[in-house]
Amino acid sequence: MTQAPRPGPVHVTGELLATKKVGAYHHLTLVAPGVADGFRPGNFVALSVSESRLARRSFWIHRVKPVGGYGAVLELVVEAVGPGTTWLTRLAPGSRLEVTGPLGRPFALPKEAVSCVLVGEGYAAAPLFPLAERLRERDCAVTLVVAGPDEAHLLSALEARRSARSVTVVTADGSVGRRGSVADAIDEVLARAGAEVVYAAGPVPTLHAVAAAAEAHGAWSQTALERPLACATGLCQGCVVPVVGEDGVSRTARACSDGPVLRGDRVRWADLEAVR
Amino acid sequence: MTELAGLTLAAPVLVASGCGGTGRELAAYGPLADLGGFVTRSITLNPRPGGPQPRIAETPSGLVHAVGLQNPGLEPFLATELPWLAQQGTRVVVSIAGSSLGEYAELARRLGRSPGVSAIEVNLSSPDAPTTGVFDVREPFHAASVVAAVHRDLPRGVPVLAKLRTDVVRVVESARTVLDAGADAVVVGNALPAAMPDGRQAGLSGPAILPVALRCVAEVCADLPDAQVVGAGGITSVDDARSFLAVGATAVQVGAALLHDPTAAARIVAGLHAATTDATTD
Repeated sequence: MTQAPRPGPVHVTGELLATKKVGAYHHLTLVAPGVADGFRPGNFVALSVSESRLARRSFWIHRVKPVGGYGAVLELVVEAVGPGTTWLTRLAPGSRLEVTGPLGRPFALPKEAVSCVLVGEGYAAAPLFPLAERLRERDCAVTLVVAGPDEAHLLSALEARRSARSVTVVTADGSVGRRGSVADAIDEVLARAGAEVVYAAGPVPTLHAVAAAAEAHGAWSQTALERPLACATGLCQGCVVPVVGEDGVSRTARACSDGPVLRGDRVRWADLEAVR
Repeated sequence: MTELAGLTLAAPVLVASGCGGTGRELAAYGPLADLGGFVTRSITLNPRPGGPQPRIAETPSGLVHAVGLQNPGLEPFLATELPWLAQQGTRVVVSIAGSSLGEYAELARRLGRSPGVSAIEVNLSSPDAPTTGVFDVREPFHAASVVAAVHRDLPRGVPVLAKLRTDVVRVVESARTVLDAGADAVVVGNALPAAMPDGRQAGLSGPAILPVALRCVAEVCADLPDAQVVGAGGITSVDDARSFLAVGATAVQVGAALLHDPTAAARIVAGLHAATTDATTD
């Protein structure tokens, strides 16, 4: 596992280029000068949603792509669940908004070509697609698990088939792929893939199930946590996650700046699930 | 240049306690040396894990927070955070909180002899003091006894800033009392006592509290014209900062705005500087 130094985050005024509705989600394309430069899969951005809302809204960077005249633009996946995300999905193209990023500690990449299983549930599967690309560049065998409550909440299942050697689709209602949860399917997938590293992004119970399965299979796990973040920059101590340190001592880590990607065997999942 | 409590500051804008992380997180967006000073989160003698989650909730133009003074305690702060801060070319003001007068005195003694500490800010206005176990300052004489304990144990040349709550009824009396007890300046403004949606004790910060803080700063400046006052509370723009300076504040602190925009303090410094430059060249 290795990470090279990279340019730090910037706080800039960005511009919304386009919003496209795909299933239950909105894909936002954003110009934010300097944010794409240091991007690694697992990074996220924080956006300001109107002047009177102080807390930032954080989103996984789904894609970084060159667009003529703009340099590299960002693609984010947004589900309108609250006032902030609803405001964002209704924002007119051309609108300006404050963007901070790239933020957070990204997924650590293996040094050698190993078998990797990537598990993403709902819109949180967003960072796994650029991750799959990086892993394939390193000749890693990539197996993807894309999950969601139903077909509308499956992120880019078609594209998944292009990015991975094997794809398993899981929906809670069985509308597409196999019916059930990630927890039901993960053991079989890990065994079939002979996984050595498991990457996961999604709700806490899913991450817990994946981390436990990885441990049972003797694989490393890297879990991308999504917690409510007020500042997203490591300042406010609002997003602490209970972890066990290298020294075996229990402490807390900030999801935004010590994470969002944490080793699955380091997170005290039961304590985290007790937080409501 | 700004003169505050015998210190020369590069600008009349400081980072408020608890809103700048360890300093490193903010420094990612611009040098701390551009700012007038950096006030650390409140440091306690022993490590504090902080309160339970959720810790922060959004309200209209504000944030309600119950972080519970999470900090590594004095020893790790001296070993790992202060040496880095001291090299950033900014004034380092260490905020302290204690559960007893003895703890405040001990903190003052140790920090006052540590290289790189420009001043001590005594947190006398923690909005959730009773639940955090911090010395509960209810009366002005409580605040004065803390300031006296700190003042007695600090080496000369390390000024004491007393951070008071924006209780409009008591703030002038509180300011007068702590200044008499040895404070070199008062910081008027902290989170207002509030509650999380589930009823836990918390503080309210952000633009929502600015008018309350401004009223308190104006009254202290009017009634105690010789006092040096640092204004804080909901400042997010250059105009906000100017309002506080206009009623007599020597400097301002920027807090919650940094959680929304990590460049907010630097932006306000630049805005004030541009205005001064314009005025002198006109």
